[in-house]
Amino acid sequence: MSNILKAFENKKAFIPFITCGDPDMETTLKVVREAAANGADLIELGIPFSDPTAEGPTIQEANLRALKNGIKTDDVFELVKEIRKDVTVPMVFMTYANVVFSYGAERFISKCAEVGIDGIILPDLPFEEKDEFLPVCRKYKVDLISLIAPTSKDRIKMIASEAEGFIYLVSSLGVTGTRSEITTDLGSIVSEIRKYSKVPCAIGFGISTPEQAKKMAALSDGAIVGSAIIKLLAKYGSDAPSYVGEYVKSMKEAVSEA
Amino acid sequence: MKKGRFGIHGGQYIPETLMNAVLELEEAYNKYKEDPEFNRELATLFNEYAGRPSRLYYAEKMTKDLGGAKIYLKREDLNHTGAHKINNVLGQALLAKKMGKTRLIAETGAGQHGVATATAAALMNMECVVFMGEEDTKRQALNVYRMRLLGAEVIPVKTGTATLKDAVSEAMREWTSRISDTHYCLGSVMGPHPFPTIVRDFQSVISKEIKEQMLEKEGRLPDAVLACVGGGSNAIGSFYNFINDKDVRLIGCEAAGRGIDTFETAATISTGSVGIFHGMKSYFCQDKDGQIAPVYSISAGLDYPGVGPEHAYLHDIKRAQYVAVTDDEAVNAFEYLAKTEGIIPAIESAHAVAYAMKLAPQMDKDKIMVITLSGRGDKDCAAIARYRGEDIHE
Repeated sequence: MSNILKAFENKKAFIPFITCGDPDMETTLKVVREAAANGADLIELGIPFSDPTAEGPTIQEANLRALKNGIKTDDVFELVKEIRKDVTVPMVFMTYANVVFSYGAERFISKCAEVGIDGIILPDLPFEEKDEFLPVCRKYKVDLISLIAPTSKDRIKMIASEAEGFIYLVSSLGVTGTRSEITTDLGSIVSEIRKYSKVPCAIGFGISTPEQAKKMAALSDGAIVGSAIIKLLAKYGSDAPSYVGEYVKSMKEAVSEA
Repeated sequence: MKKGRFGIHGGQYIPETLMNAVLELEEAYNKYKEDPEFNRELATLFNEYAGRPSRLYYAEKMTKDLGGAKIYLKREDLNHTGAHKINNVLGQALLAKKMGKTRLIAETGAGQHGVATATAAALMNMECVVFMGEEDTKRQALNVYRMRLLGAEVIPVKTGTATLKDAVSEAMREWTSRISDTHYCLGSVMGPHPFPTIVRDFQSVISKEIKEQMLEKEGRLPDAVLACVGGGSNAIGSFYNFINDKDVRLIGCEAAGRGIDTFETAATISTGSVGIFHGMKSYFCQDKDGQIAPVYSISAGLDYPGVGPEHAYLHDIKRAQYVAVTDDEAVNAFEYLAKTEGIIPAIESAHAVAYAMKLAPQMDKDKIMVITLSGRGDKDCAAIARYRGEDIHE
């Protein structure tokens, strides 16, 4: 069984996203521990990329802050080794295709397996291009996470029936970032997905409040939150871990009520 | 070859949100490219509106001065809006209109593609938003004014290096947020499939005309065709109909900026490595972790860290040769062509002129070269004056 499935066993999952190295690796380590201690079911670790085209301003800036600190892909693998000394929740990487490609797919993905990364999310790798990395992912049992968007329509069947780990359902058009309202008819997309896949489905993009998280978790198997957490890091810097912990706790409670 | 691939290059590395949009575009393009009515309309726009065919001008003074190959200039600078960009934009705008889109968005570097898109939008009653790096809005203030005059909204992009690469990223982000009524009118032979193919096809009118005009004037094909390469749209347009004519040398001139041995360069093929960015696999200027490098060139239109996938392929199979030209060489060529032929080329095109100045004297007098002048240089006068230490007000 994929380790990722543990995040969804008999419960709705809360999935925080954290950009590695923002504002520094020590803080990331503490933030991950806080998130895990406060109920995060699955943690998405962002490997910074210079030109994150799927991100809104908040996460773009986090990427640039991390890169300004000279964060390298190898530093992120070292960080994960450190995290894995005491954190057991499933973890996935979220980065861009070029980060994996440049490191060398085999080298990158085997290292993921070695340090304890359970899956990778690449927002610029659609179904049509997944063969770039999928055979290697299968070889090392690292799940390549599929994304489904409000515009996917007739593509849902194709994507869902081959999905592994979990399905990342993008809540809205556009890039990442908090939204006051999510207007997509996600309920019908989720039921369409369920026709073709038994893999859990979590919703991300635009979620920031406990109310939104509860609503999204009720429609699916979990809620993914990135920008709202990155905002706490931008605001509190190295003091952010306790604030993130509190926030994760409130969000986890909200999804548990769903 | 797999769909949308040029050797290992190309592909569709984009968010799932955009996949149906590019598939819909591909389907529409495949339908209309063979449609006689579409082609008639496009031909009329090319000829009556853009002023095609553009001239193939024998640069006699330059030829004599350099003392080697006979030099012809393909005058894309004489097109309406002053550059080759209009060829692609008229095609894409017409296609978008047929697809029922009412809004065009575009990225621009030097501003030529933005101006062309704003022009087509005005002509075809479409809304238009252009993303332009803030740095470039300063370098090319006149083009910003032209776009606004034509009714477009210009959004200065402040992220990253605030140049062309960031304008492309921002236009892609905008497209993911508004797809149903919006067509992303990509300005070069780059991005995800089908853009590199669509843009190349619309720009291939350049080499189609060169071939006809050359056969008429000289009764034979040229020995070399030179064009500048940023993303590479005027170059692929100039090369395309010669790719199967193996005796015609195809030479793309990249922007070396302050030199390919410095970090202030935009010469992707000379200094880059294979990567995945902006929807395509191709060569990119990047570090070993795959972080895209900040690039530099005096030319805002060539100041891009990647190159179109078909150029990457032509390089791999050695069908085309890619050379690097520095700021200094380009500025010298800009001034040289003005004084020698009375033609002020765009600083982008001056990169091709600069390499021609090196190459022509090494070629025999019975050889023929064609240099594509992708655009006119009025927009660059203030910046070149500054480069020479003279401050003029536009």
